[in-house]
Amino acid sequence: MIGAQTPLKVSIAATAASLVLVLVVFELIRSRRLRERYALLWLLTGFVLVVLSAWRGGLNTIAAWLGVRGYPPAVLFAVGLLFVILVLLHYSTVISRLSDQNTILAQRLALLEQEVSELRPETQESRVEAEAPAGQ
Amino acid sequence: MSPDLQALRRIAIVPAFNEERNIGRVVAELRDFDPGLDVVVISDGSLDGTAGVAEAAGARVLRLPFNLGIGGAVQTGFQFAWENGYDLAVRCDGDGQHVPAELLHVVTPVLDGSADIAVGSRFVAGDGYRSSASRRIGIRLLALVVSAIAHQRVTDTTSGFQALNRRALGLFAADYPHDYPEVEGMVMTIKHRLRLVEVPVRMREREHGRSSITALRSIYYMAKVLTALFVGLFRRAVVPLEET
Repeated sequence: MIGAQTPLKVSIAATAASLVLVLVVFELIRSRRLRERYALLWLLTGFVLVVLSAWRGGLNTIAAWLGVRGYPPAVLFAVGLLFVILVLLHYSTVISRLSDQNTILAQRLALLEQEVSELRPETQESRVEAEAPAGQ
Repeated sequence: MSPDLQALRRIAIVPAFNEERNIGRVVAELRDFDPGLDVVVISDGSLDGTAGVAEAAGARVLRLPFNLGIGGAVQTGFQFAWENGYDLAVRCDGDGQHVPAELLHVVTPVLDGSADIAVGSRFVAGDGYRSSASRRIGIRLLALVVSAIAHQRVTDTTSGFQALNRRALGLFAADYPHDYPEVEGMVMTIKHRLRLVEVPVRMREREHGRSSITALRSIYYMAKVLTALFVGLFRRAVVPLEET
């Protein structure tokens, strides 16, 4: 028995959309708005989707393996969703690390400011001058 | 030491992450090599006694509040060198694999003005540096790619054993790649028409601790570096820092 086939129009639309994703990611890296470190997962997502969208035979076969009988492009949704979950999870860890580091930076800055203000002689003088009239 | 070297303000930039067992010797050897060389150690969020050991050995220490990775750490050193008016900087890893006595070879092309950056390479002379097969393939591949982009033969794209003049410092203080910076740094150098040469050096095997690149990470590493190199081809060049 021959399994269900991916409609050509769906394949073309999905390929175009995946290519746009890859190009957008590329442009974001190029213009330095996205670091390579955080872009790799997106690029991988894009490439996998391009391949699965354009290669209809492959998508049909994979769908048959997975027991998707009615509509092979459903596999595209599943793969896309899987990658989106991965990217989101990855970003959650990144945000957690950033927020920890942000705390450390703020603490270091506060300690340094206090240290600098004690070291700087003119600050003490100006403070004395500023306080003097009020004291009289 | 030649007289022209004595006239230059020179600094050694040493990134170190948890290297308390190696850093003391590295600093001592650097000061031995050239007593007029200021040494700045960048402790990259180390959790051990790296900073204290380095200070005790006579280095100035920049303590990063958390781990930035090698690129961010080294760039901190470049910024320190730039802002404090150094003319010549050498870069030397804190894990002890770079032999300070070999620095003379690395510094020479920068001193005589024939290069803006000189990189110590393990492979120019081919004295049989040993490493795993997968790593050798990776090193070969990177060397091929960088050589093609640079229109210049390079052999050791991951060497952090380097000498830089002030022009190169100004570039890297402004912009330096983050994760594994040497490879992209080479391409940046060429793109900015700085002159880069490789010189053969001996390197030591690591004595204590492990390299930051493990086998499993190397695939991720290659993917990232190749992506960065490819995208870099389409990037506009940054503006180096200007003297104020």
